[in-house]
Amino acid sequence: MTENFVHSYIPHTDSERREMLNSIGVNHLEDLFLEIPERYRDPDIKLAPSLTEMELLQELEFLSAKNVQVGKMPSFLGGGAYSHFIPSAVSALTSRGEFLTSYTPYQPEVSQGTLQATYEFQSMVCELTGMDVANAGMYDGATAFAEAALMACRLTKRYRVYVLESVNSNYLAVLKTYLVPQSVEIVIVPDNVNQVDEDVACLLVQYPDALGTIPNLSSLGKLIHAVGGLFVVSVYPVALGILKPPSEYEADIVTGECQSLGVPLSFGGPYVGMFACKSEHLRQIPGRIVGKTNESHGGKEGFVLTLQTREQHIRREKATSNICTSEALIATAVAIHLALLGPKGIKQVAQLCYNKAHYAAKCIGEIPGFFINPHAPDKYWFNEFVVTGPKSADHIQKNLYDQGIVGGIKISNLVKDGLLFCVTEVNSKQEIDSLVRALDSMKEL
Amino acid sequence: MVDDNPLKHSKNRTLGDLSVSGRSGIQFPSLDVPEQEGLPKELLREEYVKLPELSELDVVRYFTNLSQKNFSVDTNFYPLGSCSMKYNPKINDAVASLPGFARLHPLQENAFIQGSLELMYELQSSLMELTGFSGSSLATLAGAHGELAGVLMIKAYHESNGDSQRNVILIPDSAHGTNPASAAMAGFSVATIPSDSNGNMDVDAVRSLAKDNLAGAMITLPSTLGLFDTSIVEICQIIHEAGGLIYCDGANMNAILGRVRLSDLGFDVVHLNLHKTLSTPHGGGGPGSGPVCVGEKLLTFLPSPVVTKSNGKEGTHFNLSDPVNSIGKVAAFHGNFGVLVRAYAFVRALGLTGLRHVSGDAVLNANYILSSLKDVYKVAFDRKCMHELVLSLSPQKSKGVKALDVSKRLIDYGIHPPTMYFPLVVEEALMIEPTESETKETLDSFIEIMRKIAIECEENPDVILSAPNFAPIGRLDEAMAARRPNLRQVY
Repeated sequence: MTENFVHSYIPHTDSERREMLNSIGVNHLEDLFLEIPERYRDPDIKLAPSLTEMELLQELEFLSAKNVQVGKMPSFLGGGAYSHFIPSAVSALTSRGEFLTSYTPYQPEVSQGTLQATYEFQSMVCELTGMDVANAGMYDGATAFAEAALMACRLTKRYRVYVLESVNSNYLAVLKTYLVPQSVEIVIVPDNVNQVDEDVACLLVQYPDALGTIPNLSSLGKLIHAVGGLFVVSVYPVALGILKPPSEYEADIVTGECQSLGVPLSFGGPYVGMFACKSEHLRQIPGRIVGKTNESHGGKEGFVLTLQTREQHIRREKATSNICTSEALIATAVAIHLALLGPKGIKQVAQLCYNKAHYAAKCIGEIPGFFINPHAPDKYWFNEFVVTGPKSADHIQKNLYDQGIVGGIKISNLVKDGLLFCVTEVNSKQEIDSLVRALDSMKEL
Repeated sequence: MVDDNPLKHSKNRTLGDLSVSGRSGIQFPSLDVPEQEGLPKELLREEYVKLPELSELDVVRYFTNLSQKNFSVDTNFYPLGSCSMKYNPKINDAVASLPGFARLHPLQENAFIQGSLELMYELQSSLMELTGFSGSSLATLAGAHGELAGVLMIKAYHESNGDSQRNVILIPDSAHGTNPASAAMAGFSVATIPSDSNGNMDVDAVRSLAKDNLAGAMITLPSTLGLFDTSIVEICQIIHEAGGLIYCDGANMNAILGRVRLSDLGFDVVHLNLHKTLSTPHGGGGPGSGPVCVGEKLLTFLPSPVVTKSNGKEGTHFNLSDPVNSIGKVAAFHGNFGVLVRAYAFVRALGLTGLRHVSGDAVLNANYILSSLKDVYKVAFDRKCMHELVLSLSPQKSKGVKALDVSKRLIDYGIHPPTMYFPLVVEEALMIEPTESETKETLDSFIEIMRKIAIECEENPDVILSAPNFAPIGRLDEAMAARRPNLRQVY
């Protein structure tokens, strides 16, 4: 070892190390590693030399500047991750060391902060979705959706699931990864499905769907319930500021990606998935659940992790899921964000998204050669919509980039030459008008 | 932390209690486009979402006060075994918040995400160097998620060889519960490897379990007993000879950073917990990140995406790629990127020399505590430990004091309890992991407190049985929480 190694993360001085080695009764630090087979000990490993904090900051500022993030150019990207305004209080609170640098709250007496914040998160997820109970969060919206399908299979003891074709393709991919190894068959069905086999565990839908449209939850729910299957609905929670909650359509399990509620885009993670259901299914829920209780000997109320006999550390291979560490800090951020929004705030955000997006669509639809939602012109939608134009999706997308606008996710697998646009409260009229002008420059003459 | 002020209300107020109709914590600009035709009434909710109504200060004060009811690494010694509760450097949070990272959309055009992809590529390379493996994917979002990806790769490998009868995974009796749970999620059945009297895996048992139906094994190294299993090379050979593959649970990688490569020992795949080994903050239960690294056999099966590098006419370019036989996507996007940035910053701040000091001092600290306590506490296995040590409180239990009670008494001294009752093979286990971050003064103080508690067990057990006496709250009725679940409030 290098002598006199000093680093701000590692406090020991060499004389302290010698003192401790003496106390242990060995001569060298290396003597503590003698159980590693000698021929494999201390291999040749090549890592870049260490950087001081000053150098590290410079290097990562340089690296991050190679990206072109939202805010540098007007952006109209959605597709499962959304740009919404986040009040400063959210990160100010979640960056507190007491939340940030604590472990999973196994010791409730010294974890009441995390536990109570999680209880608030669970309560708010229930209010948003209209469901009875919610867990402390899943990795993301896609894994929550897959875990819901697995839970439906456990509850119905059936091993086929129906998925609407309008479900986000990334979510569908995760469903396959999770379900196929457990011999669950995935059947992709059209949005206007009108028949369900009797051995189907659940029908999985997205609300709004991957193209932004609002599915007919009322008839879909009745359809799956008629064969005794469960209705699983994945939501974009901001839309629930104005849309009817899934509970009103008899949803059995509601999942969703909470990134849109106070979580930075951060190139796809960390996010947090919500997972809520009817109370009769409580004991099949995957993941952590926080409950309120009292002191054993005393009058105070407090919070604990509860119903742990579902979980891997007790039930091992018979657990409802393998999930352990999840996304507690992000769930706390969501709870803080929703507490700031309140009932009026979340409605206002949803209305801003709806109106701005429909304004954008109306203006784009007036450009000769451009069409809005050509696959489903009569369907209602929230804040994402499909655009086709006189040129290929590639051409339009590139032309927009050249004009300094980021927008349109290619969704040719669902709509030929379709581009999916998203408008939220952060897009000003000026930005929307510049998008319209840019598309107008590509119009059919 | 001490909450003994009699004037403070004892009712635990939640947001619902603080809510006053009409208050608001945020304002939005008014609509700057013409109002559009709305949705039909039957699609709209009839009432507001019943969220609490609070001012901004209400929210800030509520959550700040909540945070102060937590122990954390920033405030307390946190020797929680198997969790590597080390210092989480502040620069890591700062760089993860740079706008170029924090505001980057995951579906952005490839040319606009080169900085993020370069960082991910470099982190993959660093993890491959540290483990000796030839491929890596950062897509998995936590340790157990990495485990699932690991065993799914093993399953896909056997299926690609026409070996789908291989459906048994061997798991030591000391393993973390996620291991058997992950194996079950991958559709495997589980057979248990017993521990021998030295805390190693029983080699003969492995030999007798290595049959035609063997898919592989999930092994934690160092083990959850805090020991470097000296039979590991032989066990890997036995499993390979029987046609199985070996997965390493990398939860305890902090002990061996830069000191041995898992690939050299015979492992085929490992997941690393960046929120343990590479210092990313645990957040009270996540976000984590559990990247997987694999050898040649599993290279094409990695979860999607992996970041690849190409050198073209226009210079170096990074891409998100799908390995040809990939087990598929494990999450909606590309991994917990914000966590990856922090882990990368930690590796860059330390370099190889620094990381070897991490493992060196982590192991030194655990052995220092072990040698300073073994005359007053029973040690589960009397040999040198790695980065953590396991005590058995079975002698104290015979006098009426359990591992749980000692844990709660540590809270009175301002120390977060060790991991309790795990591993399951040690009666009344306390698993202590000091990490490399702590000063000798902190360790000495912990040792002194543990010795004092050992005397209290003999002379004044009541003070232990009633602990914690100075926490925000006393022991809670967990049985009632499960029997009569109260899982939400109505605002």
